[in-house]
Amino acid sequence: MIRMLLPLIVFGGLLVLLVAGLQTAEERKLVQSPLVGKPVPEITLPGLHDPETTRSTADLHGHPYILNVWGSWCWACRVEHPYIDRLGREAGVPLVGFNWKDEREEALAWLDRFGDSWHFHLVDFEGRAAIDLGVYGAPETYLVDHRGVIQHKHIGPIDATVFEDLMRRVMQMRAEAES
Amino acid sequence: MTPTRKKRLTLVGLIVLGVSAATVVAITALQDNMLFFVTPSDVQAQTLPPDRQIRLGGLVADGTVSRDPDSLAVTFGVTDGAHDVMVSFNGILPDLFREGQGVIAHGHMDESGVFRAHEVLARHDETYMPPEVMRALEKAGHPIEASMPQ
Amino acid sequence: MIAEFGQVTLILALVLAVLLATLPLYGAYRGNETLMRLTTSLVIGHFVFLAAAYVALSAAFLNHDFTLSYVALNSNLLLPWYYRLTAVWGGHEGSLLLWMLMLGGWMLAVAAFSRTLPREFVARVLAVMGIVSIGFLLFTLLTSNPFDRVLPGPTDGQDLNPLLQDPGMIVHPPLLYMGYVGFAVAFGFAIAGLLGGKVEREWVRWARPWTLSAWAFLTAGIALGSWWAYYELGWGGWWFWDPVENASFIPWLIGTALLHSQAVTEKRGSFPAWTVLLSIAAFSMSLLGTFLVRSGVLTSVHAFANDPERGLFILIFMAIITGAALLLYALRAPRIMTGPGFDWMSRETMLLINNVFFTVSAAMVLLGTLYPLIVDFMGWGQISVGPPYFGAMFILLMTPIVILLPLGPFTRWKQDEVMRVMRPLVASAAVAIVLGLVISAALGAWSLRAITGWVGGIWVMAGAVAWALRQARSTRSGLALHQWGMTLAHFGVGVFLIGVAMVESMTFERDMRIEPGQTVEAAGYQFTLHEVAQVKGPNWRAEEARFTVHRNDREVARMTPQKRLYHRGGQVMTQVALRPGITRDLYIAMGEELDPASGAWSIRIHVKPFVRWIWGGAALMTLGGLVSASDRRYWRRRRAEARQAEKTAEVPA
Repeated sequence: MIRMLLPLIVFGGLLVLLVAGLQTAEERKLVQSPLVGKPVPEITLPGLHDPETTRSTADLHGHPYILNVWGSWCWACRVEHPYIDRLGREAGVPLVGFNWKDEREEALAWLDRFGDSWHFHLVDFEGRAAIDLGVYGAPETYLVDHRGVIQHKHIGPIDATVFEDLMRRVMQMRAEAES
Repeated sequence: MTPTRKKRLTLVGLIVLGVSAATVVAITALQDNMLFFVTPSDVQAQTLPPDRQIRLGGLVADGTVSRDPDSLAVTFGVTDGAHDVMVSFNGILPDLFREGQGVIAHGHMDESGVFRAHEVLARHDETYMPPEVMRALEKAGHPIEASMPQ
Repeated sequence: MIAEFGQVTLILALVLAVLLATLPLYGAYRGNETLMRLTTSLVIGHFVFLAAAYVALSAAFLNHDFTLSYVALNSNLLLPWYYRLTAVWGGHEGSLLLWMLMLGGWMLAVAAFSRTLPREFVARVLAVMGIVSIGFLLFTLLTSNPFDRVLPGPTDGQDLNPLLQDPGMIVHPPLLYMGYVGFAVAFGFAIAGLLGGKVEREWVRWARPWTLSAWAFLTAGIALGSWWAYYELGWGGWWFWDPVENASFIPWLIGTALLHSQAVTEKRGSFPAWTVLLSIAAFSMSLLGTFLVRSGVLTSVHAFANDPERGLFILIFMAIITGAALLLYALRAPRIMTGPGFDWMSRETMLLINNVFFTVSAAMVLLGTLYPLIVDFMGWGQISVGPPYFGAMFILLMTPIVILLPLGPFTRWKQDEVMRVMRPLVASAAVAIVLGLVISAALGAWSLRAITGWVGGIWVMAGAVAWALRQARSTRSGLALHQWGMTLAHFGVGVFLIGVAMVESMTFERDMRIEPGQTVEAAGYQFTLHEVAQVKGPNWRAEEARFTVHRNDREVARMTPQKRLYHRGGQVMTQVALRPGITRDLYIAMGEELDPASGAWSIRIHVKPFVRWIWGGAALMTLGGLVSASDRRYWRRRRAEARQAEKTAEVPA
């Protein structure tokens, strides 16, 4: 009988391993950004609609804000766009676009077509500043608190679950900033 | 014990022996072929034995790529934002290789603290792909990290 | 509207699957004829609804219905209609639908071709497959619905990866699914047998053509994937031991073992329990493969949309299906353990050795694939397992298989003499050694790997031919189809072996610096770069290197690899120049410009000897599997036998 149960036992072991693997899959998938928990680097970049004005992350100091990396070439950004829309309207903190490795004309056309709910954009056509920020790809969404510390980083497009999670974290940051 | 039974028992014994031997060989082979994934910070933090094969992942540091015009030799820095490691490589770099791009290098650290790569893969991560595309690219064996055209 | 229609038909298919999984099973249990008679109509209905759902999704693709997010993500306005039709299975959701349609199709085929089998038995087989279908329908409806709408939809869909708009890539997944799903039939037969309480040699015989065709599809699917990666991706490799490849290779290895153990159980009645276990394992490994590929458990760094929820669902489904099957096995197997004994030197032993080695190989691949997970689980860090592990294991495990393969068919059942078996093969062995050495020497392939590859390959091929010749001589009617099939497949193994050995040992592969006007020597070929010119395409411009290739002062090829820059997105793409041939492939890829002054470029040149033989061998194996499956022997049943089976099947479950 034991011999007959052996396949079942082996299979059970395999299942345990796979369940455990699934649990940690999320963690392993995310590249641990060395910058989470550290102050956001000071980045000064021109705007998208207004190339003459330069803006810096330092200007935002003192308030929590959301930094969203996107590009018109990145289709996953189109997928997450409805949630970006909602973040811009509902989060109650500035939503900063980080337009990455793009071209001005295409980026503007993209915004015309899909809607622009970011409060303003920083443009990094060469992708130099993105290195300091530790951008791995687009889309990525960073939450920066009022002390200028990167609290959280989401890699990949935002879906309903991620949206809820981000909103919760933003509310927490707002509460901390006010207290 | 009947002869048939005896024969069967020996057979089962032989199979068990063979399978155990194969398992031992497999585990040894696994230990030898394990490639640890490390970041430049890991390299800084611990001294790795020079002959240990590893996979080094990070971004190509800005302004560090230098080529020898007469051969295929190239050196560049790999950074994770916190630390940098110099990599030397002799061969053709993938299409997506450029400054600021994510790369994975296979190779080992030499005594002077330079990473000698025998293979460099550009991470294909400028955009996130649906799993099916990923899977297809993964078929190439150089998945997310490959220099595939999009 | 059509999407809602598709949604409804999916739900109806689920209802029918539930009925199918319960009523006939209960009918078989109670011996209720009326309930069992329902099986066929339920199977037909199930298939029709699945087909309707599939047609509905295809229609949404044809009509550019971008309000379906699945369509928006996998198609766009510029896509020609034939690519829109194949894009239906281009993503996760649609490929699941195709999976289920195939399952429905296999069930229909089982119902159609099994009229002569005992009704209880067919009812059980189809009920078990119905349970499998329930799982996948629920999976689709709950976690991966292709008919989900996003309103308002985008005006245009997503750009597709041009790599995927390729015939090889389009046919590859359906073939794989056909293989995976086909193993569900063998699974259904095994479970039905366990439920019936007996492993009948009869039902093993009925299961064989199904297993053979599933295996043939899987072989073709894997080979096509390998070929596609080789010519399209430009890395020059044909197999990478990547987790995703392994996910399809493990079921193949188990399936190969199953084919051979079925032969023993059918012909001699020996190791019935083992055959049942392998049937369960082959399908479970197909499920595991699906899980590994779709859950994101193994796709390291950062893959998008690896939904752990989906992964969990497949895992639970697998736990239920395989867990229940193995439990049933534990309960029922002791009853079916017995089989007639056999001697050391016998066909049974030969096939047992085959089984041990193939099963162990599958376990080794599984171990290597899951090892990063184990290491991570233990908190030892993030690792990947290098291809040398798999390579070493395979050389070790496949060598005995290759040596013994020609002996197998010559060996008699039950008992045989070593000398009697060896005698007809002495000539083959001599031919293999002499010819192998001569060819290796003639090709200059004087390495251990190449020589063993040639000797081993010719040994296997000659052995297969020798057996076919002897068989043809000894019987008046010539070879039966299943014997042709076996000969073809075994011959294919030899062809494959030579291809692998030559590619792995004699490939010339070098990155080099080359200036226009320069000639480089590679494996007996002279590659001359004449110029690097600018060329333009519809949406790209490129640097094109113009090479001529000479061998013995004769021009053999003009090759023009390109480095393309796409206008949109500024992507750079290497367009490889590939010149296929029976005995070698020539391959040039451009690296980058090294020195604008001299026009020097870095160039990668490969000369891959006999690489086509790898896929040629796989094609022969596929053909062998299909020819074998089409043998009427498996389908024919005499009346008396039918009556007899009717009686034995009446043992209540």
